[in-house]
Amino acid sequence: MSTRVVVDPVTRIEGHLRIEAILNDSNHVGDAISTGTMWRGIEVILRDRDPRDAWAFCERICGVCTTVHALASVRCVENALGIRVPKNAEIIRNIMFLTQMVQDHVIHFYHLHALDWVDIVSALKADPDKTAALAQKVSPSFPLSSPGYFRDIAATLKKYVDSGQLGIFQNAYWGHPAYKLPPEANLMAVAHYLEALKWQKEIIKIHTIFGGKNPHPNYLVGGIAAAVSMQSDNAINMERLNFIKDLIDGATQIVEQMYIPDLLAIASFYPEWTQIGAGLGNYLVYGDIPQNGISDVSKFRFPRGAILNKNLNEVLSVDPTDASQVQEEIAHSWYEYSDGKTSLHPWDGETSPKYTGPKPPYKQLDENAKYSWLKSPRWKGNAMEVGPLARVLVGYASGNTEFKDVVTEAIGALKVPASALFSTLGRTAARGLETRLAVRWLLDEYNQLVANLKAGDSATADTSKWDPSSWPAETKGYGFTEAPRGALCHWIHIKDAKIANYQIVVPSTWNASPKDGKGQRGAYESALIGTPMADPQRPLEILRTIHSFDPCLACASHVLSPDGRTLSEVVIVP
Amino acid sequence: MNKPFSPASTYDVLRQHGIDRRDFLQFCITTAAAMGLDAAMVPQVVSAMETKPRIPVIWLHGLECTCCSESFIRSSHPIAQDIVLNMISLDYDDTLQAAAGFQVEEIRQKLIKEHPGGYLLAVEGNAPTADGGVYCTVGGNTFLNVLMETAEHAKAIIAWGSCASNGCVQAARPNPTGAKPIHELISGKPIINVPGCPPIAEVMTGVLTYILTFDELPELDRIGRPKMFYGQRIHDKCYRRAFFDAGQFVEAWDDEGARKGWCLYKMGCRGPTTYNSCSNMKWNGGVSFPIGSGHGCIGCSEANFWDNGPFYQRLSSVVVPGIEATPDKIGAVLGVATAIGVGAHLTATVAHRLSRKPITDKDQPTADKTEQE
Repeated sequence: MSTRVVVDPVTRIEGHLRIEAILNDSNHVGDAISTGTMWRGIEVILRDRDPRDAWAFCERICGVCTTVHALASVRCVENALGIRVPKNAEIIRNIMFLTQMVQDHVIHFYHLHALDWVDIVSALKADPDKTAALAQKVSPSFPLSSPGYFRDIAATLKKYVDSGQLGIFQNAYWGHPAYKLPPEANLMAVAHYLEALKWQKEIIKIHTIFGGKNPHPNYLVGGIAAAVSMQSDNAINMERLNFIKDLIDGATQIVEQMYIPDLLAIASFYPEWTQIGAGLGNYLVYGDIPQNGISDVSKFRFPRGAILNKNLNEVLSVDPTDASQVQEEIAHSWYEYSDGKTSLHPWDGETSPKYTGPKPPYKQLDENAKYSWLKSPRWKGNAMEVGPLARVLVGYASGNTEFKDVVTEAIGALKVPASALFSTLGRTAARGLETRLAVRWLLDEYNQLVANLKAGDSATADTSKWDPSSWPAETKGYGFTEAPRGALCHWIHIKDAKIANYQIVVPSTWNASPKDGKGQRGAYESALIGTPMADPQRPLEILRTIHSFDPCLACASHVLSPDGRTLSEVVIVP
Repeated sequence: MNKPFSPASTYDVLRQHGIDRRDFLQFCITTAAAMGLDAAMVPQVVSAMETKPRIPVIWLHGLECTCCSESFIRSSHPIAQDIVLNMISLDYDDTLQAAAGFQVEEIRQKLIKEHPGGYLLAVEGNAPTADGGVYCTVGGNTFLNVLMETAEHAKAIIAWGSCASNGCVQAARPNPTGAKPIHELISGKPIINVPGCPPIAEVMTGVLTYILTFDELPELDRIGRPKMFYGQRIHDKCYRRAFFDAGQFVEAWDDEGARKGWCLYKMGCRGPTTYNSCSNMKWNGGVSFPIGSGHGCIGCSEANFWDNGPFYQRLSSVVVPGIEATPDKIGAVLGVATAIGVGAHLTATVAHRLSRKPITDKDQPTADKTEQE
């Protein structure tokens, strides 16, 4: 008899996600469905608005990966209007992008994912002296490693538990047989959970300096709004640059001396998780961090490309401007297409929501019927995984030495082959590895900014196309980025200086998508197949794999337009 | 609010039942003995009985983007750790909760049952009301139902951010899901609106700690916002205000005025019509705020700000006199500026400056009814 495990809400994610897993007789996941349970309709709201305002609306798609939709949106409008942003603006956007990626990945590891591997209650049994010894062994240079430090953390934890009010830690899976860390490793992780919580509010100040606030810093079509002047105390000046440099140095220490050592230490206790959760084996990356303008793909720090069937010997070329590459299906999504069509390009997508699920409150969904507010995007007919693992694999398979070096070092430390990356743990590790690259790149971009300023270039915005009277009556464009969770693309159609159509295909839609018409599962669903569950009532193993993707459901489920109108075709301006 | 907010300690409850201190200490000794503790442990029992439990908080997420939670954890004083570990009992929050699925729903149900009227409800996001609420479900139930059920037994409700306070982006024209802010769905409960997209971190923690420290809700304005953070316009506290008064404006992005940090009014800044603490408290531990980093305020804490755009169109079409304007020109402008609002306010201030009269409060017309689309 099969058991059906329902996890709803999936917590420690952004947004609303439901997972139903059907277990076979040996308590392994035999089938799984992933359901986005929320929809907001941002694309419809964007219609008829000023394209220069679009970034602000799009940014509100997500406050966790705040900035990525704003960045994709300003690139989208600039592409439509033929604007190339000044060099300083490109660098500053890269710095903001990398700041976001570093901060978001560290938060994900400690605050959203760690409790899948770390048993907080077990930490109560830890010996602070032994914890200090462990910490000094794991990361010899990290200063917070004295016995007294860990005694304080243990006392804080004990006081909290003794209060009898366990807050967000109550009713969880403590003592679950799948937890493998010794008490000292658990205590160290608890300490770093708190350190990361304190630190994340520091690094993000880079956004405040350039964008005025975080979450949701300001962006600008044509460049950035913050002016640079070394002769002004009311612009980006030497003091602001020093502030940024200091924050980058702090981030480098947190990543190199805390996050990466913790990641490797925790991973070493869970070798079996290099064999679980591989999923699709297909990976898609649009690429990002331009070094010579957004149109020069060959100069991206994150290379573009696709991998199919785990074949690291071949990186396939990807062109987001090729209308035939991306299709969205609705076989299991609560929508209907006219004339019985089964898949459409996003730019002539027609979206008519039609909820046919059970009337809430309901107990379970039907995996053979429609079951999600997410569509199923497919690349050349294939279900694809996007995100850190895809980026690291495409970088590695492209022969990029920076990627090769960090991968080789990590698999050497863990004594596993490169194929171990195709797993839940590999996905979690890849996020750490690209964070290492991201802090190095942050410093490099900062140095580039200083060098460019020193060379006498202080321009931050191209305003030649700011006035709508300079725009063509009709134009189209696209803008992409690599969000923390993966490949993101926006498409716009501007008519008479207003948005005629706006389309977005986001990373978590790729990953969390339901099955398509051919029955191909999405990345979450596929990764869950074969997962062993020690105690189906306490679905820790499901959470491990789902969290390894870092779900962002506000992003995934914003995209649908509800009025049933056929959206006009968008032709991409290369 | 006269009724205290925080939960009572055991000692408080006993005192309310006429038990004096002497009887209370005897009660503690008996309790310690009953628990098998030796006499040395009695002081700890006394302390536990005197200590107030942390107030339970249920933090729900509806249609939103989680920017409010992200802002909350950016707070520099107090830091989020202190609030979560020492000040409140954050019993339900899907973004941070260790448990998932039915285990987490159990917690919510248990709190409602065991602490009716005893927990704070914090709501991030709002509820879609169209089509029976199917546009947001949690645990198979509509968020609308979850919200109503949890609100019914809450002591008070904090509506975090513009989603919960005003509707925000999903409620912008044409509001396809029928998203509604909390105060339009719930009545008969104290509701504190803390608007902003998101609110400033220290405003969020400030509101919460005010309630815990003073054991009452903060004083609210007519639309439910705490006066202590939303009592004045950004414009009135902006360090670039002097440039506005002097007629020195940014005319184009990255122009000379932008590099000198002049006023952003002509670039569409909503500071003159937005009530918030951005220009005095600033963001992320006081590092900067939108205007300070060269972009105008988009008015994200005001109701319907999404539909009051475009953001880069200045608030009034009244001709703005520049610094070179003569008193004669000002007089001409005043003659045609019949509309009240920012434009009139600006001309009035410039006229005052030129006539060297001191500016008083009553000379400044309110700007919250400016000409907007």
